[in-house]
Amino acid sequence: MSVGRRVTSDHQLARLLQIGIVLEEVVEARAHHHYQSLADDERESDEEIEELLEHAVEESAEHRDRLEGIIADLDAESIPFEDIETLVEAQYGNTEPEDFDGVLYDQLCNEETAYKFYDDLIDAISASEAQFSVDREHLVRLLTEIREEEAEGVESVTRIMETRE
Amino acid sequence: MNTADQYVKAIYLLQEMEDGPAATGALADMLDVSPASANEMIGKLEDRGLAEHEKYKGVRLTDDGIVRARDALKTYCIIERFLANVLDVEEFRAEARELEPVIDDIVADRLDTIIDRNDECPDCFDPETDACCYLEVAEVEERPAD
Repeated sequence: MSVGRRVTSDHQLARLLQIGIVLEEVVEARAHHHYQSLADDERESDEEIEELLEHAVEESAEHRDRLEGIIADLDAESIPFEDIETLVEAQYGNTEPEDFDGVLYDQLCNEETAYKFYDDLIDAISASEAQFSVDREHLVRLLTEIREEEAEGVESVTRIMETRE
Repeated sequence: MNTADQYVKAIYLLQEMEDGPAATGALADMLDVSPASANEMIGKLEDRGLAEHEKYKGVRLTDDGIVRARDALKTYCIIERFLANVLDVEEFRAEARELEPVIDDIVADRLDTIIDRNDECPDCFDPETDACCYLEVAEVEERPAD
């Protein structure tokens, strides 16, 4: 066991990026489910939530692509992530929100969790002196960009929640 | 998981194994830190009301410390189970120990939405094998014969 919050090897970095990919996949799958769960008339009457969920799906897919690009450069094994949606589906019955408040709250949790993950990962990379086979500056810049997009996501959901109080 | 949580988890596991206070030396060994570092953190945990140091015996968690340790252990179980069941990592114990400091409990809670954890968790965690006893069974069954 190590008590230091540091990333010390390519392997550990690749594993953490895989976890990031799974988190994005979870966000994507849950947002997609929420979107599908809205009835047609609800979608028409609530364009704000429809746009939010559509954007969440697109952004998560884009983040996954960027993380996969780094993993490919690290020469690490690929992730069996075609199963993630099935896993989300299998566990979903217990957690599916029943109304717009639930959808928004779940989306807020998604964005906050992703933000926290990237924030901790950037700290752990910065605290390490390890040499990775990808350019550290590029890596931190890319993760910082993704983290900022997650922060914007938190703000967007919070703004919508505040207007509905 | 922050450093204090890793310490209370380690103390909890040692208490379980020893059925008594955790010896400072054993704690330092488990966390791969110096005895001086372990003593320093034990002092901080005492200040926060999470542990009590018993002279010549070791350290024992308070009730608040036990609650915190069980939460930390649950987070650790999620990481192990996620690695073993979702990412098919064979060395899930070693990798969980490496990743533990970087994975926050809110991140683990999100990963928990796609794994199937036992209701007994974290009581099903076996400190001797450093894994959930049910996860151990699944691994043996799935491993092909040599």
